[in-house]
Order: sequence, then structure tokens, then C-alpha cells
Amino acid sequence: MARTTVASFAIDRVAMLGSDGQMRGAAPAFAADPAELITLYRAMVLTRSFDAKAVAMQRTGRLGTYASVLGQEAVGIGAVAAMRPEDILVPSFREHGAQLWRGVTLEELFLYWGGDERGSNFAGPRDDFPVAIPVASHTPHAVGAALAVKLRGEDRAVVCIMGDGATSKGDFYESLNLAGVWSVPAVFLVNNNQWAISVPRSAQSAAETLAQKAVAVGIDGVQVDGNDVIAVRQVMAEALARARAEGRPTLVEAVTYRLGDHTTADDARRYRDDAEVSPHWEKEPVARLRTYLRGLGAWSRADEEKLLEDCRAQVDAAADAFLATPPQPPETIFDHIYAELPADLAAQRAAAMEGSDDG
Amino acid sequence: MAEITLVEAVRLALARAMEEDESVLVLGEDVGVDGGVFRATDGLIRRFGPDRVRDTPLAEAVIAGVSVGLAVQGFRPVAEIQFMGFIYPTMDQMVNHAARFRNRTRGRLTCPMVLRAPYGGGIHAPEHHSESNEAMFAHMPGLRVVIPSSPARAYGLMLAAVRDPDPVVFLEPKRIYRAIKEEVADDGSEQPLDTCFVLREGTDVTLVTWGAMSVETLAAAEALAETEISAEVIDVATLKPLDMATILASVEKTGRCVIVHEAALTGGFGGEIAARLAEHGLMSLLAPVQRVTGHDIVMPLPRLEDQYMPGTDRVVAAARRAVEFA
Ligand SMILES: Cc1ncc(C[n+]2csc(CCOP(=O)(O)OP(=O)(O)O)c2C)c(N)n1
Ligand SMILES: [Mg+2]
Repeated sequence: MARTTVASFAIDRVAMLGSDGQMRGAAPAFAADPAELITLYRAMVLTRSFDAKAVAMQRTGRLGTYASVLGQEAVGIGAVAAMRPEDILVPSFREHGAQLWRGVTLEELFLYWGGDERGSNFAGPRDDFPVAIPVASHTPHAVGAALAVKLRGEDRAVVCIMGDGATSKGDFYESLNLAGVWSVPAVFLVNNNQWAISVPRSAQSAAETLAQKAVAVGIDGVQVDGNDVIAVRQVMAEALARARAEGRPTLVEAVTYRLGDHTTADDARRYRDDAEVSPHWEKEPVARLRTYLRGLGAWSRADEEKLLEDCRAQVDAAADAFLATPPQPPETIFDHIYAELPADLAAQRAAAMEGSDDG
Repeated sequence: MAEITLVEAVRLALARAMEEDESVLVLGEDVGVDGGVFRATDGLIRRFGPDRVRDTPLAEAVIAGVSVGLAVQGFRPVAEIQFMGFIYPTMDQMVNHAARFRNRTRGRLTCPMVLRAPYGGGIHAPEHHSESNEAMFAHMPGLRVVIPSSPARAYGLMLAAVRDPDPVVFLEPKRIYRAIKEEVADDGSEQPLDTCFVLREGTDVTLVTWGAMSVETLAAAEALAETEISAEVIDVATLKPLDMATILASVEKTGRCVIVHEAALTGGFGGEIAARLAEHGLMSLLAPVQRVTGHDIVMPLPRLEDQYMPGTDRVVAAARRAVEFA
């Protein structure tokens, strides 16, 4: 018998800013400028502010079921901060921070989570995809969009964000595999928040890391501290550079923690206790960047107070605008099913508007 | 003008569509060098190159899903699913995504793609190769479901499907892929995706069908004519959206209707047509609507496959029942 090793792999984990707010090793070039870091910080605080408002509005019956991104802000924001405006984001349903950074407005987010399709008709990033609710089902779209820009010879890349639960699905694997075979400029980012509703990461896969799922399909895989917005941005910037220059896709696993319930319809106390959750508050991304900025002397208590005030005002104004927006006229439920209303459907529309069933 | 088969007409239309619009792509398993297992894409890779005629890995969900991404990004992908029994993993993409992008983004993003598959039984193919699942897709808002019944129809409807701004499920009756030849002008003219076609005019009974069953249904009309029963034959062609006006007008004239399809009875698309006749044509009906369909059984393996397929005799008998109903 001859037994030789024909393949082997290693997965790197990248971490820079520790939970103590201290930088380990050299910071990446962009982080040398405190203004850059403050921009990231502001985006995370705005996201948290939106998040708190959305949860409160749901609790008082003014918003639909909502998925909080509390504690995971660095994943989405770090990722899209590495994107260019002309790139394309294909997000999951939890990446409000990423969407805001990309130019989706607070009001549009409220509209969407308030149950109004117009919330997905972004005025800003026209080519960004709307959130995907069926888990992992959007991963193939990222491959398609990336192939589209590649075929047109455009210098653009696509970022797709999904959860740890998504990595168990076949379409996730099929997408990574196809992205590898067709070498398209796509980066897949797993927000590994350790939970898929009540199912912990350990019950999702026997694989040691989720990043190593890249290995089986021959693309790059890397793990990053998902509570470190600097590291996430840097790892994503490197992945995007490879995607653009060489058409080499990457799977990035950002390890973070879901501090809130799965959604407002969930009660996480049914399946995990405070003893598990509390230590993760020590590692959350906003406080650690604030500590770092303070250490640099770039962020004062007054700056903080003003930022919180600004965010609250922005979020409140957007919420008010959403609440003041009347629903779309009833007949519009028929008007975007096909480019042109087929005769068959026109009859149903007319009957429905008459209040009869005589379609 | 050459006489060509239905599968050749599909290929001719695809080539025409690719010629006239650079954004049209063909993708699927073995569609490239092999030209597709039924040769529907034969030669396209030589003509249009591997960027536009793409072999995919063996993965149906991503074939549909990557097409959604391409379509949303401005391409017009035509994806092939090799056999109907393997189309189920695409349902998620077609129903949850392709059919919904326009509506959920209020028109910001759209999904002009075609999902095509050889469909139906009658060629003694292996297990899972002979299904008729059109009703599954026809049930889904936002999709068009199109089934050609002849080479000319396949050419015109395929061109329309590729040019349509919304997703189209295009099911090709493989039993008649090569059974019928007819002259098809490669003139780029399309046929409408919202119209039923009258294949034969008649006055005593309306036979409504689609796809390969048009062969048995036309033969039944011929047989009925020998016994002085004049049957009108309608090819539905586009199941969704349904052109009920043509069917109602015919039944108004004949007073009797037989619906013929290869798919199983329960939940079959014939039920939808019968329901609409009951709603809008009851006073025209002189007899109960008859349905001639596949049985509610798992598609038998080839040795018993013919027991499943509705034959001309069943159509003739149903038409007689309708005509003789007092
Ligand atoms: C295909 C599919 N199955 C089930 C659900 C219901 N569901 C919504 S979110 C969720 C868990 C997702 O976990 P993960 O991928 O880790 O993302 P997270 O919610 O943690 O962001 C489930 C089971 C769904 N939306 N889609
Ligand atoms: Mg998760």
C-alpha cells in the first residue's frame, strides 16, 4: 500500500484590534488615519441606533418582525467599507449596517421592515440586491452578478453576505463551487454569529471552521475576528483585490456573536442563558473601537454625546417619515407582477378593485 | 425554407436570439461541446463561444440561481435543465426569486430569464425523466409557462420567451422533439405569449390541450370526423397567463369541452380551465366538462409507461361522452 498526502490545508485567522481596544501588531494603512476609523465608528453607532429604534417600534406594533444586528455591526460595515460604490452587494436579511453604508436610507429600511415593497426600491445603490429571506438562496445570485460584470469587462466586484446557518445549505456550496470554476469576482462573507435561531454553530457543522468550506471547492478561505471592524475591512479589501485582479473568489468567515434575539419574534432565553451571552458583551465591536479611538486621543466624551444625539435625531426623523408615508394604493399589488399586466390578471385586478370575485 | 423538427426549431430560435442580442447566454449541463443531451444547443458554442454558451457544474439550484443573478444584472440567460425530474431544486429560485424581483423592488430589478427543460413522457426514458409538472410552475404568480406543440410554435414562442422582460418556464415536449417536421422561416418573428391557438376548427366539441398531447388530440379530431363529429382543437401553448377568451369563445360555439393533458389528474392545469369554464361559460355548456389526463400515479417505468400515457382512443371516447350527453 502506498499512502501519500495529496492535499492539505490551513486556515488563517486574522485579528487586529483586541477586545481591550489595543492594536495587536501593525495596523493596516487605512487605519493610520483616525478620520477613517471615525467614519467606521459613526456607521456602527448609527446602525445600533437604528437597531434599537426598530426593535422598540416592533414592540409597540409600528414595525413588522425585525432581525436585530446587535453586536455584529462590524461584519457588515467592515465589509462594505472595503467595497467601491459601483460594486454590488447581495445581502442577507441582517445586514442593515452594510445597507446603510451602501446608501440605502434609514427610511427605506423602515419601509421594508414595516412591510412596504418600496423599501427595496433603493434610490441609492440601484444595482444592490434586496435582502434575501430564504437562507443562502441569494448566494447563486452573487455568482450570476459577478459573471455579468466579468463578461462585460467591468472593474466591479460582488459581495454576498450570509449567516453561519446558510453554510449548511446546498445552494451555498453550489455557489462557491461555481464561483471557483468560473473564477468570478465574488467575495462570500459569513456572518458567523454562532446561532441560527436556536441551533448553535456546533450543531450546524462538524467542520472546525466555516472558512475551510472554501477548501473543498478550491477557493481561498480565511477567518477573521468579526468584532474587529478594522480586521474585517482589511481582510475584505484583500479579498476584493484578489477578486478584481485575478477573478479569485474568497470565503471569509467573520466570527462574531448575536447579542440579541434571532428576531423580534424569537425569545432566545428558551435556548441559551445569560451566562453564555454576557462574556460576549466584553468583546462587542463598538466599545472596542471607541476605546481605541479614545486611546489615540481622537474621540472625546463630547464627540460621543453629539454622535449619539445626531444618530437618534436621524433615526427618529426617518421613523417619523416612514410612519407618515401612506401605504401604496391597493391596486398596486397587481402592477409589478409582470412588465405588462396580462389580460387574465387585469380582469382579476378589476374585480378586486370592485370588491367582487367576478374575475 | 427547410423542414425542421421541434428540437431544431428550439436551436434555431436560440441562435437567432443570440445573434440579435449579445446579452443572451445559454447555460446548463452539457450544453456546450456536447450540444445538450437532446442536441437543442448543438453548434451554439462554436458559433458564439464558451463565454456565451456555458457548461455548468452538475447543480440545478445554482443553474437557476446564477441565471437569476445574470438576469438581474442585465443579461438574458437561457438555462437548460436536462430532464424534468431534476427541475425541483430550481423551484426555490424560480418561485422565491425569479418570479418576485420585479414586484419586491417595485420594478427596480427584473429577471428576464428562460428556464427550459425537455418535458413529458413517451420516449421510454429512465426513472425521473418523464414527468409533466407544468401545473407546479403555472400556479406561481410572476412566471410565464409556455409549452410549444410544433416546430413553428417552438421557434416563435422561444423567441418571444427570450425577449420577454419577465421569467419564462419553457417546457419542451420531448416526445415530439423529432416526431414532426415542418417548414419554419428563420425570420425572427415571434408568437404571442398570451394566446391560445386554434389548431383545427369544429362545431360540435372543443378539445383543449397542449404540448405533445396535441398529436393524440388532433388524431382524435380526425377519428371523430369520420363519425360526423366536428371537433375544434385548441393548443393552449401559454398556460400562464391563460387566454381563456379563446377557449370560452370556442365552447360558446360547441357547448362541449374535453381537456387533454399528460400530467396527472389532481391539481393538473385542466382543473383550472374546467373551473373557469364553470365560472364564465356555464350557460354555454351542454355537457359536463371531460378531462383526459394521466392517472394520479407515479410515472411508471418504460415497460408500463404506455399504460400511463393518455391515448387517442381515450380522447375520442371522452368527446363522444360529451357529445352524446343529453
Ligand atoms: C431556507 C430557509 N429555511 C429556514 C428559514 C427560517 N430561518 C430564518 S433565519 C434562520 C436561521 C438563519 O441562521 P443563519 O444563517 O446563521 O443567519 P442568522 O439568522 O444567524 O443571521 C432560519 C432557520 C429561512 N428563512 N430560509
Ligand atoms: Mg447565525
